[in-house]
Amino acid sequence: MPQLTEIRWHARAGQGAVTAAKVVAETALAADQYMQAMPEYGPERMGAPIKAFTRISSDPIEIHCNIENPDIIIVLDDSLLDVVDIAEGIHDGGVIIINTCTPADQVKTRLGVSESVRVASVDASGIALDTIKRDIPNTPMVGALIKLTSVIDMDVFKGLLAKNLSKKFGQEMIDANWASVDRAFTEVTVA
Amino acid sequence: MAEHKILATTGNSVVAEAMRQCKPNVMAAYPITPQTTIVEEFAGFVAKGKTDCEYVTVESEHSAMSACIGASAAGARVMTATSSQGLALMWEELHIAAGMRLPIVMANANRALSAPINIHCDHSDIMGARDTGWVTYFAETAQEAYDNTIMAVRVAEHPDVMLPVMSTLDGFITTHSIDRVDVMDDTSVGGFVGDYEPKNPLLDTDTPTLHGSFSGLGGPFFEFKRQQREAMENARAVIKQVGDEYAELSGRPFDVIQTWGMEDAETAIVVLGSTAGNARHVARDLRAKGQKVGVVKVRVWRPFPYAELAAALKGLKAVAVLDRAESFGAEGGPLFLEVRGALYDLEQRVPVVGYIYGLGGADVKLELMERVYRDLSDIAAGGAAPGSLVYLGAREEA
Repeated sequence: MPQLTEIRWHARAGQGAVTAAKVVAETALAADQYMQAMPEYGPERMGAPIKAFTRISSDPIEIHCNIENPDIIIVLDDSLLDVVDIAEGIHDGGVIIINTCTPADQVKTRLGVSESVRVASVDASGIALDTIKRDIPNTPMVGALIKLTSVIDMDVFKGLLAKNLSKKFGQEMIDANWASVDRAFTEVTVA
Repeated sequence: MAEHKILATTGNSVVAEAMRQCKPNVMAAYPITPQTTIVEEFAGFVAKGKTDCEYVTVESEHSAMSACIGASAAGARVMTATSSQGLALMWEELHIAAGMRLPIVMANANRALSAPINIHCDHSDIMGARDTGWVTYFAETAQEAYDNTIMAVRVAEHPDVMLPVMSTLDGFITTHSIDRVDVMDDTSVGGFVGDYEPKNPLLDTDTPTLHGSFSGLGGPFFEFKRQQREAMENARAVIKQVGDEYAELSGRPFDVIQTWGMEDAETAIVVLGSTAGNARHVARDLRAKGQKVGVVKVRVWRPFPYAELAAALKGLKAVAVLDRAESFGAEGGPLFLEVRGALYDLEQRVPVVGYIYGLGGADVKLELMERVYRDLSDIAAGGAAPGSLVYLGAREEA
């Protein structure tokens, strides 16, 4: 059977969730996978809660409906835990990755998800401020994603990141982004 | 085979790319969600000098199509794009473009019509343009939207056709999702569409001609309309011939309908656009469980492929037709009515049931496709049809 992975991204508009969903899809394509990436469309205003989606598969993806039961949920802003049911529909055995300073076990208790769901915590904003010097957590969050799942490849992702960044920035910015990915990969903790 | 590259990109982006590759002389367009990024990206090509197309900014879609008509009559290769209310605002010009036999190519991002206000996908806009005389393609994917847009140029400008052509793709679902798309090189596409040589251009001042003039009582109006019908009938063969040539170039086969599992299917879903993928996905699962189900995707809506559908659906025990548009007061949606018509002359009656789904972007969940196949299975086993038209997935309490 073809392996289909479905990812849902939660963020506030402006945090780069749509870009991240796209880069993950591009990374999958670079590894000759099939993919879809789509934002959830509605009124757009900075700071509003938004969702984006990525599908990755070894075979052509034919379905064109919303992702209701994701395998992976990525949350770029932990203040959303107060306003959105971010764990909604998560598969048993799924993964939830949150940009937060709160330890993973505390987040897991708060979400009330089943024991089989892995909940991961990483201070992606802190890492981004240290490395990229701006609170853009989307890139380090992909580092955490790669640590927890095998859905995309680290080297392919870093290569694509460099290619995209080099259109506007120098090697320094590429190195800073790579460092953010490596640190999130190392520092993410799981409960 | 053409040189090609595989991109992660959106339906709108590759439609804009296809248009650039087809080298139009004039584009007149007005932005409207979810078509906007087509004309935005195309305007970017103009600004960066990647096309020498004359881009005309206008104050409405009514003016956009009027400018397209003028430019096309003058002898230019003309393209535009619109959606929903924009297509509705073009309505009178759509008839004029077809009546003047102008080979304009237009993309439409399929979207609901107000009221209530809604920016999401359904086929109400395009069905409102059904009888305007435009050849009309539907795309399931960004890939098909790209392919159809290129083929549209050849069909529109073919001397046996000379009709405007619409290349439609589902709003947001196909226009805005990033998908895997195979894009050919400029030279291959340019060579495939060739140069447009207008027959009676207005700008040929040595041989003045009259376009779209008055034809009152006793004039040739009635005969003009018959010629339009003949052109639309001619388009059947031209669409297939262009599709065959395009398949050789791209490696992607084309036919006016695409069938899946129909060799031995007992029941089938007939559908337009992106939902065909959802139906096929569910059909694969059911096939794996031993159920003989199929899917027929209609890729060309005008001219409607009656003969092909009759051949594909002949002998089936039950057929479901899914419509993403209403025809209030009719027995069913526009596609339902056409499919029933296509099956009328068959010796053996094929039971056909109609469903309205996905209006205003309502999510086309896989369980809805499963439900339709369950209904078909019941009918095939001698059960009763659902009765009146089913609003598939509509909430009772809303």
